[in-house]
Amino acid sequence: MKHTINELEDIASQVRRDIVRMVHGCQSGHPGGSLGCADFMTALYFDVMNYSTDFKMDGIGEDLFFLSNGHISPVFYSVLARAGYFEVSELATFRKLNSRLQGHPTTHEHLPGIRIASGSLGQGMSVAIGAAQAKKLNKDKSIIYSLHGDGELQEGQNWEAIMYAPFNKVDNLISTIDYNGQQIDGPTEKVLSLESLQAKFEAFGWHVITSNGNDMDDIVKALHYAKSLTGKGKPILNLMSTIMGNGVDFMMGSHKWHGVAPNDEQLATALAQLNSTLKDY
Amino acid sequence: MKKYTYTEKKDTRSGFGAGLLEAGKKNPEVVALCADLVGSLKMDAFIKEFPERFFQIGIAEANMIGIAAGLTIGGKIPFTGTFANFSTGRVYDQIRQSVAYSNKNVKICASHAGLTLGEDGATHQILEDIGLMKMLPGMTVINTCDYNQTKAATIAIAEFEGPVYLRFGRPVIPVFTDPDQKFEIGKAWMVNEGTDVTIVATGHMVWKAIEAGEKLAEMGIDAEIINIHTIKPLDEEAILKSIKKTGCVVTAEEHNKFGGLGESVARLLSTELPSPQEFVAVNDSFGESGTPDQLMTKYGLDTINIIEAVQKVMKRANK
Repeated sequence: MKHTINELEDIASQVRRDIVRMVHGCQSGHPGGSLGCADFMTALYFDVMNYSTDFKMDGIGEDLFFLSNGHISPVFYSVLARAGYFEVSELATFRKLNSRLQGHPTTHEHLPGIRIASGSLGQGMSVAIGAAQAKKLNKDKSIIYSLHGDGELQEGQNWEAIMYAPFNKVDNLISTIDYNGQQIDGPTEKVLSLESLQAKFEAFGWHVITSNGNDMDDIVKALHYAKSLTGKGKPILNLMSTIMGNGVDFMMGSHKWHGVAPNDEQLATALAQLNSTLKDY
Repeated sequence: MKKYTYTEKKDTRSGFGAGLLEAGKKNPEVVALCADLVGSLKMDAFIKEFPERFFQIGIAEANMIGIAAGLTIGGKIPFTGTFANFSTGRVYDQIRQSVAYSNKNVKICASHAGLTLGEDGATHQILEDIGLMKMLPGMTVINTCDYNQTKAATIAIAEFEGPVYLRFGRPVIPVFTDPDQKFEIGKAWMVNEGTDVTIVATGHMVWKAIEAGEKLAEMGIDAEIINIHTIKPLDEEAILKSIKKTGCVVTAEEHNKFGGLGESVARLLSTELPSPQEFVAVNDSFGESGTPDQLMTKYGLDTINIIEAVQKVMKRANK
């Protein structure tokens, strides 16, 4: 353990503050999914992954992370900055003109920590598989992590990738699904039901584990367990239950905060619920 | 007219296969991916030599493009192979986001481009791919004209850093370029120097331009023939230099007249050197089933069409 659970929770609290402040600052962006994944992203970058903040695109010898549901860029940017990839002050430029922190993550502006553009959904698992297979060719024992929205699984390309990875024994890949049951137009159950994701992934040949993505202790344990499952012939799928908007009571559990920014009053209410554990940017 | 001869006919896709094998031997980072068309793409030799560097993706082109983009992150130089239609239109957004916008060193290698795919018909004959690819910022677009040029281009793009669309075809056609050529991306090839008219041709239309040039010479017309194998970036200097001399141009391509080489030349001329231009290209149409030769005739992509376009453009230029 690089940090205690309490320390990780403190970092996640600051990440949540960053998220609502960033989205408020430009009056656009996606707070709901970002808040829901704050614990997972904190666990990944402050406990689970081995990496260097001296960013090199090829990431040889490092664990790599790919964000497929690029609209939750606020949590990605906050965690990258808090981890030391770039100055936290740069978070203030999110979604503004001439910023490296584009609405959706991109390599185009050379922001350290980003290895592929994402935003148009459904592409990240294929990219993660490619990076994982490159690791194998390079005899690099590091692990590839990826995160995907649950609604995003409605994109067909995912299922091409989901079929490919087990057949080709891509067992250095841990993909996580942000299973919050929400998408822009409403609950996934009403828009286009995903039915049993566990059964679907298992039928395709993945090793599926489940976790509570808003319980730091649970998500840390799940990710370390997932790590122990690598190298055994199967890709690993972490079906991670989260609550969209987690940490800010009025944003929780509703698709309505998928892509809406808080106003000044709402920001104050949100920040009152989130401890500033590191310094605000 | 400079004399061009050939002793054999070969398909450009076999040039790709030979080039891929050689590129693989030169650089251990070269890897290949295919979406269930290994035989059509002539990838067998590479696979036999480097089985661990080949990825059979299955019929899943979107996944193939994404995996290729991911492979570059570990320093690999991936060559993807499928038909031109499935290499471009089917996966446009994957190429746009994961390859072009992300500036990944992926080589998208597309066989069976254009009408000369033949009998399979319009579902497989893409005539819009050059346009789709050239509109992507940072994408290099190459359309080769024979076996040797395709082989050389394949080797050259492996040594070039950045996303590339390499377009070639199915039928056997004359092999007339130098087997030992050095392929220079973005550099036009002067096929024949002339003074009366410029013919700018790409892909399978280059040999037809040579045939047209020979017939035009018999008619007393001295055609300058330029092969533009790299449609983007366009060798603007070579094109302008030629048209300054000749005063008019015919462009020839196995592609829709919208979005192809002809439009790239027209855009250049409109700002730099307004000149009469005629287009030998498909007239905003899908293809259909038939033999390659029948289709090239029916859709106006034959030697005679180049000759007629030359006569028309020279008349417009008062020559």
